[in-house]
Amino acid sequence: MTAKARYERPLIKKLESNMPNKFGLRTEFEPLTHIDGVSVDSLIADYGSPVFVLSEQKIRSKFKAARQAFETRYPRVQFAWSYKTNYLSAVCNVFHQEGSWAEVVSGFEYDKAIRHGVDGSYIIFNGPDKTEEDLRKAITNNSLIHIDHLDELYMIQDIARETKQKPKVAIRVNMDTGIYPMWDRFGFNYENGQAWDALNKIMFSGLLELVGLHTHIGTFMLSPNAYAIAASKLANLAQRVQQKYSHEINYIDMGGGFSSRNTLKGAYLPGTDTNPSIDEFAEAITSALMNSEYRPKTPPLLILETGRALIDEAGYLLGSVIANKRLSDGRRATILDVGVNLLFTSFWYDHKITPAQEFTSYTEDTVIYGPLCMNIDVVRENVSLPLLNKGDKVVIHYVGAYNMTQWMQFITLRPNVVMVDLDGKPHLIRKNESIDSIENLEEIPTHLSHFEL
Amino acid sequence: MKIKNNIAVSDNGFIFNPASGESFTVNQVGLDILNLLRKGEKQETIIQQLSEKYQADKAVIERDLSDFQAMIKQYHLIQNEE
Ligand SMILES: Cc1ncc(COP(=O)(O)O)c(C=O)c1O
Repeated sequence: MTAKARYERPLIKKLESNMPNKFGLRTEFEPLTHIDGVSVDSLIADYGSPVFVLSEQKIRSKFKAARQAFETRYPRVQFAWSYKTNYLSAVCNVFHQEGSWAEVVSGFEYDKAIRHGVDGSYIIFNGPDKTEEDLRKAITNNSLIHIDHLDELYMIQDIARETKQKPKVAIRVNMDTGIYPMWDRFGFNYENGQAWDALNKIMFSGLLELVGLHTHIGTFMLSPNAYAIAASKLANLAQRVQQKYSHEINYIDMGGGFSSRNTLKGAYLPGTDTNPSIDEFAEAITSALMNSEYRPKTPPLLILETGRALIDEAGYLLGSVIANKRLSDGRRATILDVGVNLLFTSFWYDHKITPAQEFTSYTEDTVIYGPLCMNIDVVRENVSLPLLNKGDKVVIHYVGAYNMTQWMQFITLRPNVVMVDLDGKPHLIRKNESIDSIENLEEIPTHLSHFEL
Repeated sequence: MKIKNNIAVSDNGFIFNPASGESFTVNQVGLDILNLLRKGEKQETIIQQLSEKYQADKAVIERDLSDFQAMIKQYHLIQNEE
């Protein structure tokens, strides 16, 4: 008996005469069958579908490249890992092994950094919500407290007075960098004098040690020049403090916000082609600092709280095709077992999706839906993919930032997270949820414990 | 279901509809189906022939065939069936 030919769904595709269409310039079907030498098939066989996979090698190489971009241009550089971007302990520890401090924005994140073994003096405490208890702990641990508003400043002064400690503080500054929208809800404004006013309050009181200046101008920024403006404005504040109080500020913290390789929704060209590189951001920031009027005895430490640009590309989400269907207007739709519950960032990005097995070169324009019985559950509004069948596996790329913190336990449970180490060995770093992990937190009042139908 | 007589189907899967000026491509399985439809083959015969040539369940072929037929109908490649 002769072997039968490989079957592929029949496809008919209308040829359009116009050039690039709304499905983008290029197809994305180049399959990705292995991650750091481990096959997607075996990862799904061992850890289930869907599953998040992180490449330790990619995290480290991305970090090293970023550090190099800054250290080759400026003498004193320190990264602080932005916990909210991905606070899985294994991930944080990779960054800490690489020398990163911790940047946290809540008591929960603060405690997590302490549990990981980060010395309190290497924790930067940002954000508008620090409780009195959080602040007392941070002050005792010598952490770097970045003040967001005056109420916080007054509370820190009260604690300092009462405990006779001298807290190490910075203020967060917001400013016009030519970027819209301007993030003016965090910190003190530069242009209207609030920031200068807050610095004077700190210096006059003598209760606090002003160690730094901080800003975070936005996220997924595409303009290196905005960072140059921000760095100049912080340096200007530092210079005015030095002039007026003969006090040197130890560090300038430029926050995070560099874009990753993802493609923003609505962008015409893929992010891999258009988004600025880390070198361009480094060049803008470091030249602005070097050219500023601020001339202390030692140049201020340049702190970076880079999040997504360091981890997005190290993260993959593996999933499977549940079904194919046709929409009423004839468009093809594919349903995956991965939805917006796990892939929060699909609200912002046209995530790159590739199959995990070989296909012919035929492609089809497809809407990708997740498994949720909810209209919002759209992973890609349109993408050109090969003829996927039920059970086929797909890889969603650049998902390392924010998804493993902003995911929702909604309709389904959260899946396993695996990290592939430098020797190509997978490790489970977060176990999948079970119905027990959810229900253990619930309590049913006695009068609601029985019913008859 | 029958393909309109004036539709040109090339051996490598290029389809041209001279009435509308539209052109299409099909993959190999799609081409086989179009050729069988042009010969006026019945549904069961098409499924039987495809299942002999390809590695696939009849149920899968049947489902894909009806989807494909819906698409070629939408593209106005089908003779009016009264
Ligand atoms: C204060 C602060 N620092 C750093 C970050 C990390 O930003 P990104 O992931 O855009 O680099 C954020 C994120 O919003 C932030 O609010």
